[in-house]
Amino acid sequence: MKRKTLPVRIFAMAVAAAFFFAAAGPRPSRAASKLSVITATTDLAALAQEVGGDRIDVESIARGYQDPHYVEAKPSFLLKLRKADLLIVVGLQLEIGWLPPLITQCGNPKIQGPGAPGYLDASQFAQIMEIPTQQVTRAMGDVHPLGNPHYWLDPENGRRVARGIMEKLSQMQPENAAYFKQRFESFDQRLKEASARWDAAMKPYRGRKVITYHRSWPNLAERFGLDVVNYVEPRAGIPPSPAHTVELIQQMKRDNVKVILVEPYFDLKTPQSVAQQTGAQVVVLMPSVGGEKEITDYFKLFDYDVNLLVKAFSAVR
Amino acid sequence: MKKLALFVCALLLLPGVLFAQGQAAFDQKADAKNDPRKDPKKDVQMMVLEERVRALEAEVNSLKGALKSVMALVKGPQAGNGRMVLASTPAAPPAASPPEETSSAAAGPPGPVPQGGAQLPNYGGSVSAAKALNPDISVIGDFLGAIGSQRTQTAGLGSTQTPVPALEMHETEVGLQEVIDPYARADVFISFGESGVNVEEAYLTFTSLPGGFVARVGKMRADFGKVNTIHNHALPWTDRPMVTNNLVGGEDGIDDAGLSITRILPAPKGIFLEGTAQVFRGDSENLFSAARRQDVSYVAHLRGYRDLNESNNIDIGFSYARGHSAPTEGMSDVLFNSHTNLYGLDATYRWKPLRRSIYHSFLARAEFVWNHRDQLSTLALPEIQKAFGFYTSAEYRVNRRWTIGGRYDRSDRARDASLTDSGFSALITYWPSEFSQIRGQYRFARYAPELGLLNRNANELRFQFLFVMGAHGAHPF
Repeated sequence: MKRKTLPVRIFAMAVAAAFFFAAAGPRPSRAASKLSVITATTDLAALAQEVGGDRIDVESIARGYQDPHYVEAKPSFLLKLRKADLLIVVGLQLEIGWLPPLITQCGNPKIQGPGAPGYLDASQFAQIMEIPTQQVTRAMGDVHPLGNPHYWLDPENGRRVARGIMEKLSQMQPENAAYFKQRFESFDQRLKEASARWDAAMKPYRGRKVITYHRSWPNLAERFGLDVVNYVEPRAGIPPSPAHTVELIQQMKRDNVKVILVEPYFDLKTPQSVAQQTGAQVVVLMPSVGGEKEITDYFKLFDYDVNLLVKAFSAVR
Repeated sequence: MKKLALFVCALLLLPGVLFAQGQAAFDQKADAKNDPRKDPKKDVQMMVLEERVRALEAEVNSLKGALKSVMALVKGPQAGNGRMVLASTPAAPPAASPPEETSSAAAGPPGPVPQGGAQLPNYGGSVSAAKALNPDISVIGDFLGAIGSQRTQTAGLGSTQTPVPALEMHETEVGLQEVIDPYARADVFISFGESGVNVEEAYLTFTSLPGGFVARVGKMRADFGKVNTIHNHALPWTDRPMVTNNLVGGEDGIDDAGLSITRILPAPKGIFLEGTAQVFRGDSENLFSAARRQDVSYVAHLRGYRDLNESNNIDIGFSYARGHSAPTEGMSDVLFNSHTNLYGLDATYRWKPLRRSIYHSFLARAEFVWNHRDQLSTLALPEIQKAFGFYTSAEYRVNRRWTIGGRYDRSDRARDASLTDSGFSALITYWPSEFSQIRGQYRFARYAPELGLLNRNANELRFQFLFVMGAHGAHPF
């Protein structure tokens, strides 16, 4: 009997000791006043930064040039989530392929999904487009049954989300509420001015027809009055097919569509061959902050995209 | 009678809905009226108006919320009256307008001009009311086929490699996953296979423990190495490596009822270190068996991970498992107080460029397992069989739909380490979409010389069809 229990006991003690050591080990000490905010995407990080200023630490999990549907659930992200006071997600199932397992594994009770005090789904503040009004099946491709999650590409939604974040931060840190409010108001004001600039720049091109690769741009198109007539993908999330590409070329020639918008994470081969045959322009538009080095904040994102769009539209008739 | 009552209820609620809708439309019109259109001057009046628009926006939102709840109430009785609500039917907000026509009446200046004054914008995504508190349900089908030579089963000598028939609906796995309460979530995977129904995994995860601990209770795949934790359908092959079959308990591996505790351990910056300790009942196919209550098995795992840069990372794990040896067929070594100790080392290197992550990636992995087994020799004397096995594998994603891969296998048999099997596989995988997969595997195996085995070599061509329906699962990492 003794022979049996000894190794068992040693094992149990070793494990207990390891965990005890771990629990008692150096804990990341953080000034109580500074909130650690982790966001799913860079756009939310940019908005949180606008509101939170130097009272919060913000970091995004996904990079701006990465397809937000296909982020890898790397363990290194657990290290960030573990210490987070607030997790802000895009929602609408955009992160469904990678965020849920990270949340479950991180061992941080504050951010355990909707209902937890440190979990904020930003989609609740935004105006959502393409909410299906009929039954959804995957014959339509990898559709988002709750609506299109690329909502941050309308400055108005940026404003709404920023206000939502301001309210959340103020609720978590009432002593800084005035600060967050003042930061939001400043952001609000600057966004108003910038929006007027963007709208003015895009005004001559209202009603222009465009093709986009994925359904990432409905909010942007709506905002600037662009008419998305078709997609390079035959169905959401399905790679281009020859039949659909032929159809696309015919449609573009018929309707005189001269601009193809592509996200930075898609292959340019099909768009370029389509462009060649139709005399259209391929524009690699940035869907997120950080997509290019110079896009360091929410304003620069629209500056960059509007600039590209204006260039493209003025080059083609 | 009941139906009548429900009908009356519905009738009574209807005016409420209509009123709410009318009210919303009215507010919308008010919004539209207040929308300041394109005005280059930004004066005080505008600010006031904007504030008012915001207030109205909030009001519309709250009205919409009220409307939703009212509609939910109305829908309930209607469903009883024979109206089917499909589980997959998204419950679109009742007043939702076709997205193209959605006006942004609440937009600040100089927002788009509202088109249909009576349309409501959608704030927040739709909520699938049919799902409500039901778990996320998914079904994964795994169809296998094989042609070519195969070997007869010789489980007695420590290999559980079961021969695959020509065509087989290998497994249909139903996954049910849901949050239980603010402190825990549950995951249940039931597989229907050729040999019946099996609870592959069913566990409760406590996600809100103090001190950063994550605990699990239930039946689960043990955290021994990498391949033991992966479900069949998520494997990069159509089969499991020889080392799993020979040394780590066969297809199901160490999959047992038990308790598990995991914690991220302090480590130098940039390194992820995680420790896991698990206790199981002690029954795992032909690896461990518990004749008595105290014959529990233990598994410990230490995982280290590091990002080399944003596209490259390495992942290394050490595993240990100990349990009561499963008896060899025809031997009565249950009475003999014997143990099996397993030591494992796994290493993974991944490359995935973030800008082209859906097109190209590379993964190389190796797992080494040492199996030290107390047993009675053929002369009924106690002995320790020290068996060793490993596999190395690599896969490369050529483009969005195609992946090629290969694997080399080599493993001793647990009960007779002098018998060594080896082999290699070449794989090609095609993904029509994220939810289906077609895979072909050429597999060569050279089995250990055994009594009665005429041909040691086996050439096989296997193919597999996988399909996923229901909830969108997590992408494997």
